[in-house]
Amino acid sequence: MAADASNIEALKAKIGVEREVGTYEIEKGMIRKFARAIGDANPRWQDEANAVNRQYGNATAPPTMMLTIGLGQIEQELAVLPSMAILHGSTEMECHQAVKAGDNISVTIKLANLRERSGRDNSTMVFMIFELIYKNQRQDLVATCRQTLIGY
Amino acid sequence: MRQQLYYEDIEAGTEIGPLVKQPDTRQLVMWAGASSDYNPIHYDKDFAQSRGLPGVIVHGQLVCSFLGQLITDWIGERGGLKKLNCSYRGMNFPGQSITLKGKVTKKYLEDEEPRVECKVWAENPKGEKTVTGTATVAIPCEG
Repeated sequence: MAADASNIEALKAKIGVEREVGTYEIEKGMIRKFARAIGDANPRWQDEANAVNRQYGNATAPPTMMLTIGLGQIEQELAVLPSMAILHGSTEMECHQAVKAGDNISVTIKLANLRERSGRDNSTMVFMIFELIYKNQRQDLVATCRQTLIGY
Repeated sequence: MRQQLYYEDIEAGTEIGPLVKQPDTRQLVMWAGASSDYNPIHYDKDFAQSRGLPGVIVHGQLVCSFLGQLITDWIGERGGLKKLNCSYRGMNFPGQSITLKGKVTKKYLEDEEPRVECKVWAENPKGEKTVTGTATVAIPCEG
């Protein structure tokens, strides 16, 4: 679609540009809500008195909760492609440290790559790889993530 | 109390799971809220169909998080998930079961730290693998 073609170019101009998108306070309620959405009743995500959590001093977050931090920012980047539907291709995450309630997680996002391909009916498909870096309030690296998204 | 898994308990071929989930549209809405993923293909049937999909589909990252649970349930309190990769190969639909499974592919020491690599996947009711991936975990030695 013509309207998207120029927007794809605008996205391409962002390839390689790192952007800090904000700091997210990890709250106990947020962790519980996340665990409930998965249906994961592990006491590690609920209970400060749990043996592992005593070591951390607070409820810990399921590792995949990091995948949702900053996801809204990717959505914002993709808002320039309003006529495209977006599917998720893959997720690759690395966890370096447990995240617990009370942590402040800052997120950096980068569009690492964008490729265009012809889909069915000569429509354009766009393959995008976003890289996200998560650090805590001590600037320790807690997680990294690569998300492949497909616009069509 | 969950039993702790130890490095000595595991060998290549050790099976993980299954963990069975029955996501319904309510769970997809809960996930949308918890994850801030408001892509309408996951809750708006008309929109999903206008994009060529048969209906609303389960969020890939929800299935990825199910696989995360499969692993964290398995490794116990003293284990840690180090890496998780998921490829979204097929679609899952609300109202259909998703069965999460895994298998150990190798175990080794990395700088004297015990590590275990596994393949993990999600199956639809037909037994088709809709999400496939790998996980690397740290687990304690018993000795």
